[in-house]
Amino acid sequence: MTRGSAEVKTLRSEHCAIVREPIDLRDIKEDLQHPEDGAAILFEGVVRNNTRGRRTLYLDYEAYESMALNEMEKLAQAALEHFKVRDVCLVHRLGRLEIGETSVVIGVGSAHRAAAFEACRWLIDSLKKTVPIWKKEYFENGAVWADGEPFPQEITRTE
Amino acid sequence: MRVKVLLFGQLKDIVGLAEESLELDSGTKLSVVMAHYANKYPKFEGLSKSIACAINQEYAPGATVLREGDEVGLLPPVSGGRR
Repeated sequence: MTRGSAEVKTLRSEHCAIVREPIDLRDIKEDLQHPEDGAAILFEGVVRNNTRGRRTLYLDYEAYESMALNEMEKLAQAALEHFKVRDVCLVHRLGRLEIGETSVVIGVGSAHRAAAFEACRWLIDSLKKTVPIWKKEYFENGAVWADGEPFPQEITRTE
Repeated sequence: MRVKVLLFGQLKDIVGLAEESLELDSGTKLSVVMAHYANKYPKFEGLSKSIACAINQEYAPGATVLREGDEVGLLPPVSGGRR
């Protein structure tokens, strides 16, 4: 089983990847390019230098890797089904990330921009609620696991 | 029967382990595994309403009956993505 072991570098599914190296945006853009598209969106999530005013030194991301990849792929398939977009891709990086580095990329290719924006927004919002990835924030005087967003009710139901 | 339990994020810190094997009676429900940790670790109990569970890498409700060899994931609220 894949946990946060260093020897596991990259996990890939049809539309998604979990990586430990810096994310190469040019590769993603090239893969996404298609002559039928009128819109290509690349959203980048970037490590910010503070949390509520407290200075962040760096972040460390960990995941339930095999499940995270499955959940990302489910989101990709759902986006392709529900929005008028031709292609999507989701890439998340794990491990230690410095300020300004990219932790996540969502790419969407579509004939028209409205659907591309909608799908991109839905993908990043959903990823933050259901994909099992966690980050620890390191400050000058300690480290804390970032507060996550509450799970959707259908996930935490007990019956 | 035995199941493998994986702990993530702050749950890993509270229990002090990323992974452990539990011996359970056959027919045990997933919610019993949650209760096991909640009884043992007060901090875990404090979070238990916000914890999600997975069996073999799929989200699963507490009433699910476990089977020999299942991989149980105990997941605190997720925080991937931007920031």
